[in-house]
Amino acid sequence: MGEVIAFERGSYMRKSIHFMVNGENYNLEVFPWETLLEVLRNKIGITSPKYGCGKGECGACTVILNDEPVNSCLVLAIEIDGKRIITVEGLVKDGKLHPLQEAFIEKGAVQCGFCTPGMILSLSVLLKRNPDPSEEEIQETIAGNICRCTGYVAIVEATRHAANILSK
Amino acid sequence: MSSDKIKEETIELEIVKEEFSWIGKDIPRVDAWEKVTGEAKYTDDLQFGPKLLHAKLKRSPVSHGKIINIDTKRALSLPGVKAVVTGTDFPYLIGLYLKDRNLYAVDRVRFIGEPVAGVAAISEEIAEEALELIEVEYKELPTVFDPVLGARPEAPIIHPDLGRYPHSDFIYPVPGTNISNHFKVRKGNLEEGFKNSDIIIEDSYQVPHIQHSTIETHVAIAEVDFRRNVTLWTSSQSPFAQRNLIAQAFGLPQSKVRVITPYLGGGFGSKAGVTIEACLVPLAMKVLGYPVKLRMTREEEFFGTFVRQALKAFVKMGVKKDGKIQALEVKYYWAGGAYTEYGVNITRASGYSSSGPYEIPNVKSDTYCIYTNHPVGGPYRGFGMSEIHFAIESHMDEAAVKLGMDPVEFRLLNALRGGAETLTGNKMHPTGLSDCILTVATTLNMKEKEVCKSPVKVRGKGIAAMWKAPAMPPDAGSSVFVKFNEDGSINILASGMEIGQGYHTVLTQIAAEALTIHPEKIKVLSPDTDRNPYEWQTVASRLTWSTGNALLKACQDIKDQVFALLSKSWEVNSKDLYLINGHVVCLSDPTKKIALKNVAIYGIRMPDGKLEGGPIMGHGMFVPPDVTPVDPETGQGRKPVVHFTTGAQAVEVEVDTETGVIKVLKAASAFDVGKAINPLQVKRQMEGGLVQGLSSALFEELKFDQHGKTLNPSFTDYKIATSLDVPSDIVSNIIEAPEHDGPFGARGIGEHPMIPTAAAIANAVYDAIGVRIKRLPLSPEGVLSAIKEKGGEKREEK
Repeated sequence: MGEVIAFERGSYMRKSIHFMVNGENYNLEVFPWETLLEVLRNKIGITSPKYGCGKGECGACTVILNDEPVNSCLVLAIEIDGKRIITVEGLVKDGKLHPLQEAFIEKGAVQCGFCTPGMILSLSVLLKRNPDPSEEEIQETIAGNICRCTGYVAIVEATRHAANILSK
Repeated sequence: MSSDKIKEETIELEIVKEEFSWIGKDIPRVDAWEKVTGEAKYTDDLQFGPKLLHAKLKRSPVSHGKIINIDTKRALSLPGVKAVVTGTDFPYLIGLYLKDRNLYAVDRVRFIGEPVAGVAAISEEIAEEALELIEVEYKELPTVFDPVLGARPEAPIIHPDLGRYPHSDFIYPVPGTNISNHFKVRKGNLEEGFKNSDIIIEDSYQVPHIQHSTIETHVAIAEVDFRRNVTLWTSSQSPFAQRNLIAQAFGLPQSKVRVITPYLGGGFGSKAGVTIEACLVPLAMKVLGYPVKLRMTREEEFFGTFVRQALKAFVKMGVKKDGKIQALEVKYYWAGGAYTEYGVNITRASGYSSSGPYEIPNVKSDTYCIYTNHPVGGPYRGFGMSEIHFAIESHMDEAAVKLGMDPVEFRLLNALRGGAETLTGNKMHPTGLSDCILTVATTLNMKEKEVCKSPVKVRGKGIAAMWKAPAMPPDAGSSVFVKFNEDGSINILASGMEIGQGYHTVLTQIAAEALTIHPEKIKVLSPDTDRNPYEWQTVASRLTWSTGNALLKACQDIKDQVFALLSKSWEVNSKDLYLINGHVVCLSDPTKKIALKNVAIYGIRMPDGKLEGGPIMGHGMFVPPDVTPVDPETGQGRKPVVHFTTGAQAVEVEVDTETGVIKVLKAASAFDVGKAINPLQVKRQMEGGLVQGLSSALFEELKFDQHGKTLNPSFTDYKIATSLDVPSDIVSNIIEAPEHDGPFGARGIGEHPMIPTAAAIANAVYDAIGVRIKRLPLSPEGVLSAIKEKGGEKREEK
């Protein structure tokens, strides 16, 4: 739909970008106002990053951009040229779930599930950097990922569980 | 009794105790795999192709006014705009219990943010631009924001047509006023009760408007075909209520409306009944053949959907020196917002529960739903109970202080027990309430006061109890189909919503137990009103109980059909047949055994060689069996509600006397769930509810300016609890006093865990600083000014 607006407004300025999502290459033409969240959801059909606020307040759109968790609603598509993106689908390797995904299932850390992809991605970066985080470090990590269902207790428990499995 | 006798009885009990394969087991949630991998599809994730149009709503900037003129011509001529709709295009009324709401405002607006026009365009940006081109002229009217003032006869009237709105027969509007429902309870003799009391405690409490803050904002897509069949995909808790209310509003037969509801990203009541769909369907009717999508921004979420009603509570309690409560008089004034189509029933629920979970011989209770010029009040997890329990349970502690009695003992002394008479004059069923109170008091070691090392921080402990019944019309039904697949697996077709509470998992465990089929072979399908059978709504914590019962009947239906077939084929008594591991076996002839999959689809040969049977489908339904109406003047009735889930919470807080910041350090919960179908998921409900309750107690308040405009519609200005606010020590206890008509004895637990939290925290704060804060949230400003006030009092005393 972006094309139509630009046409209507007479400002037909697009930029060609190349980026990688979950190991796959994409070449796209994007408008300067398009966000990474919109590109993922509407242009390449990856819907696990969710719209929750559009302002970086809730964390439901979290993805990993070159090893950093970011709110994809705050990243402009033109900024991702040449970069690597991981969404929660990308944590599944050869049909095997990431230990965090396993732990979220086992510990019942999922309820409505809307915050879950972003939550798991933020935590996966933590575990990569610190395989044995304390409860406080886990809480700090997800302070920007809001969850209304779980009260975070199970999420912290699941993360500790995943850390234990990873360190074995 | 001799020890031998006791031993004997214990052994007998053990033998009688039923062994379950799947009930009471912590099986992983059946929806978790999809959700952790990103596969789960929510409404916003559905794809509708290039024909999809986008809708935006023009909202009223005045809180009460006449619409003088709406000019949509310029908007309609903007390239890319496909349709503009206003209230006069479809001037229909909609509502669950009271039809007081227009789809779009018709000649009058009643709150800032009320939709006055809608636009469908080829992009969101164009729709947004078109809104700017719609010109609306208003003549402002006097406003009402306070429910107590709004109830007065001289208040400006917000709904002059109140007397003409259709409503349920258990709702009592007072035409000519702003009172859209007045529910009364009269029990015993109030004056006598106060006369018999040694101490009378009177006070008032306030709870502000808050918002559900589901992480998924409301989103829906509607398409109307050329024969005027409506299809609606929506993030809703209530596919059938949606269908029914939309059909009623447009004068369509229900069968012309199809509602499809994928996974839902948080509900808590905000997606019950009909909200944004009322604005979307009229747009889709103007652009036949086009799917039209409407998604709320986070900002719109705070005033454009439901908010929780605000409450002003007045409580007067008479107590004897021995601690027995003699009399209770309450007045609850609910600020219902501009429309109370749903909220009127919250008022009713707060009436028949207005005493809290206590046995009180003399009660006078008046609960009022009052129109105000604020956003629309609606259902919110707890359906009024968190709010009234903040009042009642704060008041219980005040009474205990005046009596010089321990708050735990005071509660235990008055707690409703099985057989005791409730305020509505019926007998309480067996309940674990006292166990819950005792359990949390023991867990938190209530009698011991903890000391904090910091000189400016003080600690305190507080407790609160609760009760809640499912609030619903007497005909709120559930129905279930179960069908077999060739591989012996089953699909459960039902229309409750998996909103995060674990509904799919609970149904899976119930069917697994009843049919001895492994949970991995059970699939629960999301609702589609054209395909799945009827369910009233996913509200009131009623599904485990209600759909659970319907499912048990459907499973029994399958067993009856299979056993009838096999007893004929095997020439045995069907009473000798039973299920084990997905096989039918025969008690009287061990050689007879067949897998369900070999009989449930293809039938079976009879002794004469003929084939009988075929694809088997089970069906079952359930409606509340024995609820009776109450007397409108006294609220007395034989059985006004189906049952009460009871429980208690205790918390320990630390109050910083320099900053006023409250930190909840520890929390214990105990709830009587009858039977925990999945104990882990029950505990997860308790944790989530506790933190939501904590958030409402400490942080949340919708702030309005003097004109009624919402000032903090974002997560930056409206804070909800993050991971950093969670107590480090949370203990959740399950108490099980079986529900006589619940599936395996179960009753609901979805809403209850947030109900006592705010009161428990307020009581702990009192314990810490000796100041009673009677208004939520317990903000640092509020705490500091309360401390200052108390300091002032002390100085005066000196």
